[in-house]
Amino acid sequence: MSKSVVSEIRRNHINELLRKGSRMDERAPLDLREISVETGVIDTAEGSARVHYGQTEVIAGLKMAIGTPFPDTPNKGVLTTSMELIPMAHPDFESGPPGMDAIELARVVDRGIRESGMVDVESLCITPGEAVWMCFIDIYAINYDGNLFDAAALAVVAALKNAMVPASNYDKGEDFPLPVTCVPITMTAAKIENTLIVDPTFDEEMVCSARLTVTTDGNGDIRAMQKGKSGAFTVEEISDIVDLAREKGEEIRKIIG
Amino acid sequence: MDSDIVMVDDNGKRLDGRKADELRPMKIEAGVLPNADGSAYLEIGKNKVLAAVYGPRECHPRHLQNPAKAIVQCKYNMQSYSVGDRKRPGPDRRSQEISKITAEALEAVIQVELFPRASIDVYIEILQANAGTRCAGLTAASVAVADAGIPMRDMVPSVAVGKANGHLLLDLNKEEDNYGEADLPLAIIPKTNEVVLLQMDGHLTREEFDTAMKMGVTACHEIYEMQKDALRRRYSVAADEEQEVEE
Repeated sequence: MSKSVVSEIRRNHINELLRKGSRMDERAPLDLREISVETGVIDTAEGSARVHYGQTEVIAGLKMAIGTPFPDTPNKGVLTTSMELIPMAHPDFESGPPGMDAIELARVVDRGIRESGMVDVESLCITPGEAVWMCFIDIYAINYDGNLFDAAALAVVAALKNAMVPASNYDKGEDFPLPVTCVPITMTAAKIENTLIVDPTFDEEMVCSARLTVTTDGNGDIRAMQKGKSGAFTVEEISDIVDLAREKGEEIRKIIG
Repeated sequence: MDSDIVMVDDNGKRLDGRKADELRPMKIEAGVLPNADGSAYLEIGKNKVLAAVYGPRECHPRHLQNPAKAIVQCKYNMQSYSVGDRKRPGPDRRSQEISKITAEALEAVIQVELFPRASIDVYIEILQANAGTRCAGLTAASVAVADAGIPMRDMVPSVAVGKANGHLLLDLNKEEDNYGEADLPLAIIPKTNEVVLLQMDGHLTREEFDTAMKMGVTACHEIYEMQKDALRRRYSVAADEEQEVEE
């Protein structure tokens, strides 16, 4: 990825705007873009959602099947998350097996879901040690304009919240809603010069020196974090970002209900 | 095969209530992806398809460059959750074949000679599949190429004609496809009625083949009108917006 370069003039423009407390799309530094969430967009999936963060668009879909559990967790269902950065979504994306960026994205999203215990994996056990439900979460970037972490995480959460376990297809009784216990929300902040912004666009991601992704649960507790890019944060900045993640988490949680 | 299933009832109606030569409800929207140079979203029955076009742009890998014309490269991809059992991500032999014939069908109408050494990249993503995705993909891709403003002689509408339990049926859905005895996807250049995509598998008599081709060509003209309508809607909106800005 990242064949794109941001021109010096655009970089300076972003910097100068931020010094005056503004951004290219006229947001304040700590404003999110408009977020939309549509669920049940794919009939063939057990759960699905399309999420927009401004012009960034992703679709997440859940497919389920019965499989054997891992030997060390014989009574737990299995969750796997993958992310595809398809060339449709951005000129820099190329087809082929997932690269480093896609793998990092999938793993960070996965961590938020897994560590928050959002999916009650123990109730996805059918016969301990033999048969459990496997959840395959696939996320596709459809249009990339920055902040895939948050868009992908929200799409997955919305897809899981509205998913039905296809038990009747496997002669395991009636279909039932996927058991979810909480709603983890992910927020990413980026540092440009010495200013923190949230929900960076593509250009802002190119210009920023560092980013930090924080997943919080409904109690405001931290469930997963990931720092990215080569710049550094001060401890105070990190603390500010965590507070922001809790605050924005509440905001976004209201959107998906 | 379970031959007890009645594909067409006494009133000439199919399982989903259509007549033998009736298309599934179809919807096309042009210009749906901000990053792409051209794009289209298409639904036909329970199929959901996105197509995007990037280019003409620099050709990668470079050894594929043609000094006389642009090359058309296509990637047809079924998303993992688009089908009953999860599909493993990434290309398989089927999707590679479809990509190839789709690119060839589009190259037939794109004025590639205007862009030597360039590449026109077409991406087709199947979000939800219910039989007939290659045709839906090509139909959407044509609109996306036009939306990208790439000079072309015409668009290429595409549809499949199938045979199920002895009946020739236009645009089979998944249920009918499961009992299909033959499948004939085709695409045409509507202005000339030339055929630019044609595949067939199964079993058709000579007479059935002629009838199926006729059904397919007629339906392609119907689809062509919907393709043009999608572009008109897209550009009349764009023109209105421009006017508002001027005012």
